[in-house]
Amino acid sequence: MTNSLESISLIATYSAMAVYTLAFILFTVDLAGRAAVDGPSKPTRWLRSAMAVLVIGFVVHLGADVTRAVSAHRVPWANMYEFGLTATLVLVGVFLGINIWRDVRFVGAFVSGFVILALGIVTVNFYVAVSPLPPALQNYWLVIHVCVAVLGTGFFATGAALSASQLFQQSREEGKLQTRSWRFLSAFPSSEALEALAYRVLVIGFVFWTFTVIAGAIWAERAWGRYWGWDTKEVWSFIIWTLFAGYIHARATRGWRGRPAAILGLVGFGAVLFNYGIVNIFFKGLHVYSGL
Amino acid sequence: MVTRPPSDASSLQPVDLADAMSGFDSPDAPRKNRLDSPIRGPKLGPLEFLRWVWRVLTSMRTAIILLVLVAFASIPGSLVPQRSSDPNGVSIFRDTNPELFRFYESIQLFDTFTSVWFSSIYLLLFVSLIGCIVPRTLYHWRILRAEPAAEPTSWARLPFRRSEKATGGSATALDRAEAVLRKAHYRVVRDRTSIRAEFGYLRETGNLIFHIALIGILTTLAATGGYGWSGQRVIIEGQTFTNQLASYDTFHPGSWFAEQNLHPYAVSLKSFTPKYTRDATKDVWMPIDFTATVTVTEGNSSREATLKVNEPLVAGDSQMYLLGNGFAPVITVRDPGGTIVFDQPVVFLSQDSNLTSVGVVKVPDGLSEQLGLQGFFYPSAVALDSGALSSNNPEPTNPTVTFNVYTGDLGLDSGAGANVFQLPVESLTQIAGRHTGTEVVLSPGDTFELPGGLGSIEFTSLRRFIGVEIRHDPTQMGVGLSTFFLVAGLLASLGTRRRRVWIRVRGTARAPQLEWGGMSRGDDPRLDVALDRLMENARQTSTDRVTGA
Ligand code: HEM
Repeated sequence: MTNSLESISLIATYSAMAVYTLAFILFTVDLAGRAAVDGPSKPTRWLRSAMAVLVIGFVVHLGADVTRAVSAHRVPWANMYEFGLTATLVLVGVFLGINIWRDVRFVGAFVSGFVILALGIVTVNFYVAVSPLPPALQNYWLVIHVCVAVLGTGFFATGAALSASQLFQQSREEGKLQTRSWRFLSAFPSSEALEALAYRVLVIGFVFWTFTVIAGAIWAERAWGRYWGWDTKEVWSFIIWTLFAGYIHARATRGWRGRPAAILGLVGFGAVLFNYGIVNIFFKGLHVYSGL
Repeated sequence: MVTRPPSDASSLQPVDLADAMSGFDSPDAPRKNRLDSPIRGPKLGPLEFLRWVWRVLTSMRTAIILLVLVAFASIPGSLVPQRSSDPNGVSIFRDTNPELFRFYESIQLFDTFTSVWFSSIYLLLFVSLIGCIVPRTLYHWRILRAEPAAEPTSWARLPFRRSEKATGGSATALDRAEAVLRKAHYRVVRDRTSIRAEFGYLRETGNLIFHIALIGILTTLAATGGYGWSGQRVIIEGQTFTNQLASYDTFHPGSWFAEQNLHPYAVSLKSFTPKYTRDATKDVWMPIDFTATVTVTEGNSSREATLKVNEPLVAGDSQMYLLGNGFAPVITVRDPGGTIVFDQPVVFLSQDSNLTSVGVVKVPDGLSEQLGLQGFFYPSAVALDSGALSSNNPEPTNPTVTFNVYTGDLGLDSGAGANVFQLPVESLTQIAGRHTGTEVVLSPGDTFELPGGLGSIEFTSLRRFIGVEIRHDPTQMGVGLSTFFLVAGLLASLGTRRRRVWIRVRGTARAPQLEWGGMSRGDDPRLDVALDRLMENARQTSTDRVTGA
C-alpha cells in the first residue's frame, strides 16, 4: 500500500517534468516569436498556453509531493530528494503567485528551465525510498525550519532569474548584445524595472531566510543543546544571510545600485545552490540528513 | 512640541546613502551640492584625517564591503574542521597532514570564528554599525517630533501630481482631504490653503530597531557568554549523577565560570528505552524513539521526568540533553579464591546501527597480574560464515560479549593507559581470545575461567547507558529577545512605505482646484495607486461626516 503510493509519487514526478518541459518549450517559442518583431513587443498567444501548461505541471507536481508525504506519514522534506522535490514545487508556486501580483511571465523560460534541471538532477541522483525519521528529526521546528527554507529558496531563485535578466537587459541597453539571438530581451521590461522587481522578490526571500536561520537555531538548541555552533550548514546559512544583507545595502547605496547589486544578489543565490548541492553531500557536519 | 525638520540631515546619514533616499530628506537641495563626492581623500591635519576615517568607516559602501568580507571569511570555517565543533576532525587532520596542519594552525584556520582576522572584520563591522546607528537614531528622533516637510518648490518634479475640482469650495475640500489623510494615519498639518502630510515613520524606526538588535545580540554574547558552561557525562541505568565538577567526564567552563555557580541537583537514570523500526528497503534497523526515565532531586523534592531527543530536561539553571546511548554489560572478575576484585557495568561504545560495540575492562589490582580485557558486545549475536560474530538487531535478543584477554603492565601509573577506551595491547601479552585458540564468548550469566588459574570473568547482566550534555547558557535570554526585536524591526521596516503628500489650493476663487502632490522614499510602485485611492475616498466622504467627526 505504502509502496504503491511511493511509486505513484515517483511517476507523478516524472510526469511533472514532462509537462514542465512542454511549458518551457512554449515559453521559449513565445520569446522567439517576440524577438522576431522589432521594437517593444506584446506577449504572443503561446505565452498564455505556456502558463496554462505550467499550472498543470504544478498540479501534477503537487500530487507527487502530497503522495510522497502520505506514504511517508510525515512532511515531505526530510532528505535531499524530498527537499528538492518540495523546493522546486514551491519555486513554481512562488512564480505563479508573483504573477498574480505583477506580470513576470517573461522569466517563465528561466524558471521552468531551472525547475526541470533541478528536478531531474534531484530525482536521478538523490532519489531514496521512504524511510522513517531518526529521533533528532522528529520535531515541529524541523517542519517550520525547512518550510521557510524552501519558501526562501523559491523567492531567491525567482529573484535571481530577474537579476540575471536585469544584467543582460542592461548590457543590451548599453548597446551590447544586439545580435539576433538576444532579441528576445525586447520582451523584457527595462533593466531598471527588472531591478526593482528583483529587489522586491529577493527581500521577501531574505525575510524567509531570516526565519530559516532563527527556526534552525531554536531546533539546534532543542536537539543538540546549543543554538549556534558554526556547524557547516550553519556557516553557509550565515554566509547566505550576510550576502543578501549586503545586497539590500547595495540597493540603497550610491554607486552600487544596478549592476553591482545584481551581481551581489546572484552571488547570494550561488551560495544557496552551493549550500544545497555541495555542502549537503561533500561536507561533514551534524546536518547529515541527506539520506544518501 | 512639533518642530521644523532638521536641516543638517546630510551629516547624520551615511554619506553615500542613495539619492532616492537621502533626497527625501532634502528634496529641494540643489543636486550639485547634495553630498557630492562624499568620500574625498583626506585633507591635511589630524582632525580632518580622523573625520575622513570616520566618514569612510560609517559609509554604506564600507558596510557592504565588510558584510561581503564576513561572508567570505566564514568559508574556511566550513572547509577546515573547527576545534569548537569538530575537535576530533582537527586531531585526524594533525595526524594525516602534519605539514599543512602547522601552516593552518599558524593562521588560525582551525579556530576561524575566534581568529584574529575574523574578529577584526566583525568588530569593524560593528564599529561601523554603531557609528551609523547613533547619528541616524538622533536624526530620526528629531524627525519623529517634527512637522511634515514643507511643500517642495519644484512641484513639477514630484512623481505624483493630480489636480481636481474642489467641489463644495476649497475649505470643505481641504477638510475632506484632511479627514481622509488622518484616517489613513498620516501626520497632518493643515493651513488655510494647504495641507502637508507624512506617513511611514515606522519604516525608519523598524530599520533602527533591526540594527540595534544586531548590536544587542553581540553585546549579549560578549557580556554574558563567559558565565556559560557545558559538560558531558555518561549515566548508566541505576546510576545517579550529581551536578558537581567531579561528576563530569568532560567539562568546558566559560572564562568567568566559578565552581560555586553549579546548582546542586541529582539525576538518576531509572531506565532507558529505545524503539526501533526496520527499514525494509535498506535492510537496516532505524531508531524512531529514545526515552530515558529519570528521577530529578532538587533540594528536598524529587520528581519523575523523561528525557528525550529534542526534549531537554531542565534542572537547576541548566538543561540536560540526550545525545547518545548504548550498552553497559556488567562484568565481574574474581580471583582464584572467588573474591570479587571487579564488579561494574562497563560502557561499550557502539560502532554501527545494530549496536555492535567495543569496550575495555582494566583490572589493575587484586589478581596476581594486571588484567586487561578488550571486549566486543553484540546485542543480537549471529555467527557469520567466517565464524566471526555479528549483530543483526540493535535490541538485545541474544546479547553476547567476547573478550581478548591480556596480562602485563596496563600503564596506569605512567599515565599512558589513561584513556578508558584504549588498551596498550602492543606491550601486553594475550592469554585468551581471538587467534589464541581459546575463544571467550559469554552470554549473561556465563563465566570464563582464565588460563593459568588467574581467576574468572563473568558477564553478569546487561544495562544501558545514556550520554548527556549538560549546559548552562546565559546568552539565550538576551539573544532570543534581541532576535525578536530584529525580526519585528525588519518586518515593520520592510512592510512600511514612507510617503509625503501635499495638497494646495489653486485656480480662481470661483472655480478652485485642489492640487495633490506626493512622493515616496525609495522605490514605491504603488504610490500612484495608493494616493489615487486617497483622493477617491476624499471625494466620497460626505461633508456631514467630516464636520460631524
Ligand atoms: C552587521 C551588519 C549589518 C547588517 C546585517 C545589516 C542589515 C540590514 C538589512 C537587512 C537592512 C534592510 C532591512 C530594513 O530596512 O530594516 C538594512 C538596511 C539599512 N542598513 Fe544595514 N546592516 C548592517 C550594517 C549597517 C551599517 C554599518 C550601516 C551604516 C553604514 C547600515 C545602514 C543601513 C541603512 C541606511 C539601511 C536602509 C536602507 C534602505 O532604506 O533601504 N547597516 N541593513
